[in-house]
Amino acid sequence: MKILVALKRVVDYQVRVQVKPDGSGVAIDGVKMSINPFDEIALEEALRIRDAGKAEEVIAVTIGPQQAMQQLDSGLAMGANRGILVKTDKAIQPLTAARVLAQLVEKEQPGLVLLGKQAIDDDCNQTPQMLAALLDRPQATFASKVEIDGQSATVTREVDAGLETLSVDLPAVISTDLRLNTPRFIKLPDIMKAKSKPREVIELDSLGVESGDHLSYTRYEPPAQRQKGEMVADVPALVAALQAKGLI
Amino acid sequence: MAELASKLLSRRDLEFMLYEWLQVEALIAAPRHADHSRETFDAALDTSERIASELFAPLYQRCDQDEPQLQGDRVKVADGLKSALQAFAEAGFVAATKDYELGGMQLPTVVSHAGMAYFYAANISAAAYPLLSMANANLLLAHGSPAQIDAFVRPELEGRYYGTMCLSEPQAGSSLSDISTRADFDAESPLGAQYRVSGNKMWISAGDHELSENIVHLVLAKIPDENGRLIPGVKGISLLLVPKFLLNADGSRGERNDVSVAGLNHKMGYRGTVNCLLSFGEGRYQPGGKAGAVGYLIGPKHGGLACMFHMMNEARIGVGLAASALGYTGYLHALDYARNRPQGRALDAAGKDPTSPQRPIIEHADIKRMLLAQKAYAEGALALNLYCAHLLDQAELSESAEERQGLTLLLDILTPIAKSWPSQWCLAGNDLAIQVHGGYGYTRDYKVEQFYRDNRLNAIHEGTHGIQGLDLLGRKVTMAKGAALKLYAERVSATIARAETTPATSEHAAALSSALHRLLAVTQSLWSAGNPQLSLANASVYLEAFGHLTVAWIWLDQLCAIGAAQGDYYAGKRAAADYYYRYELPRIGPQLDLLEALDRTTLEMRDEWF
Repeated sequence: MKILVALKRVVDYQVRVQVKPDGSGVAIDGVKMSINPFDEIALEEALRIRDAGKAEEVIAVTIGPQQAMQQLDSGLAMGANRGILVKTDKAIQPLTAARVLAQLVEKEQPGLVLLGKQAIDDDCNQTPQMLAALLDRPQATFASKVEIDGQSATVTREVDAGLETLSVDLPAVISTDLRLNTPRFIKLPDIMKAKSKPREVIELDSLGVESGDHLSYTRYEPPAQRQKGEMVADVPALVAALQAKGLI
Repeated sequence: MAELASKLLSRRDLEFMLYEWLQVEALIAAPRHADHSRETFDAALDTSERIASELFAPLYQRCDQDEPQLQGDRVKVADGLKSALQAFAEAGFVAATKDYELGGMQLPTVVSHAGMAYFYAANISAAAYPLLSMANANLLLAHGSPAQIDAFVRPELEGRYYGTMCLSEPQAGSSLSDISTRADFDAESPLGAQYRVSGNKMWISAGDHELSENIVHLVLAKIPDENGRLIPGVKGISLLLVPKFLLNADGSRGERNDVSVAGLNHKMGYRGTVNCLLSFGEGRYQPGGKAGAVGYLIGPKHGGLACMFHMMNEARIGVGLAASALGYTGYLHALDYARNRPQGRALDAAGKDPTSPQRPIIEHADIKRMLLAQKAYAEGALALNLYCAHLLDQAELSESAEERQGLTLLLDILTPIAKSWPSQWCLAGNDLAIQVHGGYGYTRDYKVEQFYRDNRLNAIHEGTHGIQGLDLLGRKVTMAKGAALKLYAERVSATIARAETTPATSEHAAALSSALHRLLAVTQSLWSAGNPQLSLANASVYLEAFGHLTVAWIWLDQLCAIGAAQGDYYAGKRAAADYYYRYELPRIGPQLDLLEALDRTTLEMRDEWF
């Protein structure tokens, strides 16, 4: 079985981004970029499944500019067998990403697609669901535990009510949540080993994917500054204060 | 103002030093580094930064608060330290610069040091364990037999064994000729000539713990002559490898050797690093049913000190780098605080309005002075240490024996400065970081007081400030008929020549040129006195002046690399260099005056007058 994992290049989670003064976006010039943390968890899970002998190959895919090769390099150094960069300088929206991934799935025929549940830049949380729909295959989102048993996978999902366990037939799309695993650190010798792993570059335009850009961004602004809190003496005072604000 | 991406080090600055200034990508031309590229260097730095931030930094204060405890004959260290150090080793950092065949990455030393700086900045007392192990392994690679390397170095590079260096004794610290630990011949063994070692060793960092399967002690001891007498002076010193546990024939861990902790030292800082008095051959254990700790001779009999200095010189550069990293992280913490702490108003008309909001303290000139000083110290110190690491790479790769000798001489003369200058001035930087924080900086709620306490050790261990001064003035400037000093002066002069031709740097070039000529003249007159005691009386002052001049050179050389580049980053570099040339370099004038006058104040002072 092959496992396909998608890695998105995003601003590193430790960077506190600033909105551009004209509100046209977020300033990312010279800012540290990394693999989206949820995608890193997806890759880690894929590597563990492979290393447990339940898959033969892990393919890491990224869609983005040439610089996204850095994230692909990181994925290969973590342990993916080969990498594919679908190259474009355009910002990619979830539906386009799902369409590109669907084409790659057609080509590679993986038994499992593992994706991060969302990317920390736009927080869309849409690509995995759209991809499953486009492929007409089962999906299990927000996975906190994945077990592969032959032709199906048992997935524990994090839902509002707690944990839900379901079984999906393979091939399937699984999206990963934060508590699924702790990704490994890259080892120095593996950086060197990764150099000889195959990397394929495909121009996005050559895929003939229909643009899924149905979202338009009007303006960016930072969240409102948190107001100073006040301490109240007891519960009745709290209730009164909330009532005064019209909150209850 | 931009949020700091990291309060450990500035990645932008590291990249400037490595790629724009030292141009380390040129090392890729050497067959040893042919598989590398900027991408692999960056990836190594990424993984350093990540493990340092995620595993080392969160333990920083815990390592300080939960200092090592002796429980029976076992030493307990802070929780979490073992797994952080394991992750460090598993990621391949101990072996980073080593051959692929040894599990290494063949990473250039300069890139490895840049990566290590993250660990020193994140948690110096945790990083001291691998610092010692790496230097220990390097000594054995240079002086050990193939069997000794297989038995001890391989597990060290895998992070299974840790190493120490055992020089000082309770009665003999800096004065190694007075050590009394002895080693008596026992038998030949597959691991070399086997001796029985007995004596006490003081100030042994990483001397005992359960962080690793075994501990490889490198011990200076005296082997008696044929009459059974210990040879006086440093000529009688030999180097022995004394493992905590002996090895079985198959290399697995065997019986306990007779090495035990006699007591822990309770330190001001660096508390996560166990430091202890070790007893060898005291009789607690009887390895092989006989008295004495089993040790294997490393290198030639009575030639131990020269071997040990292989490790000592590396440790000195490591200490300088650690001091630089502590200065650097202290500076970034102060910078972050100054940008976010509103206090007071401007001293202009607008500031007179008491209802106007308070301004961040970074807007006050005196705060900027303190930040500039820290920036000048930390970036200057880090640059100097990376420069030295780059010399090591160049020396190792050089195909010409003459060139290699020159690079080694240059490194020899720079080593006391690379060790001492950051230990003195990055500590001064940490002092200013506390000052910028005001009262908060004096509390344990902020890390800056711990940076200060930790950094205070660096001017003491691996050769005190005074020892470094004697080494520089007493040995390094005169060795090989002054060849090292001549090479140093040529390098500084080459930078001056480059800087003279550009209006933006010509003023600094002139200042450095006159300081260099003065230093050379003073060196000459010091040694013309014909009285070594007088010449060396103010060796520490000489070390400080030489160090301040050296960092002025390093700053000017960086300015040459910047050229006319524009932007905030480069403007900051220029401002820090200006600060250094206006506030710091002039300090050496009075020091050189004192030296030139062959001042006798200290020599003539008498014990009874105090």
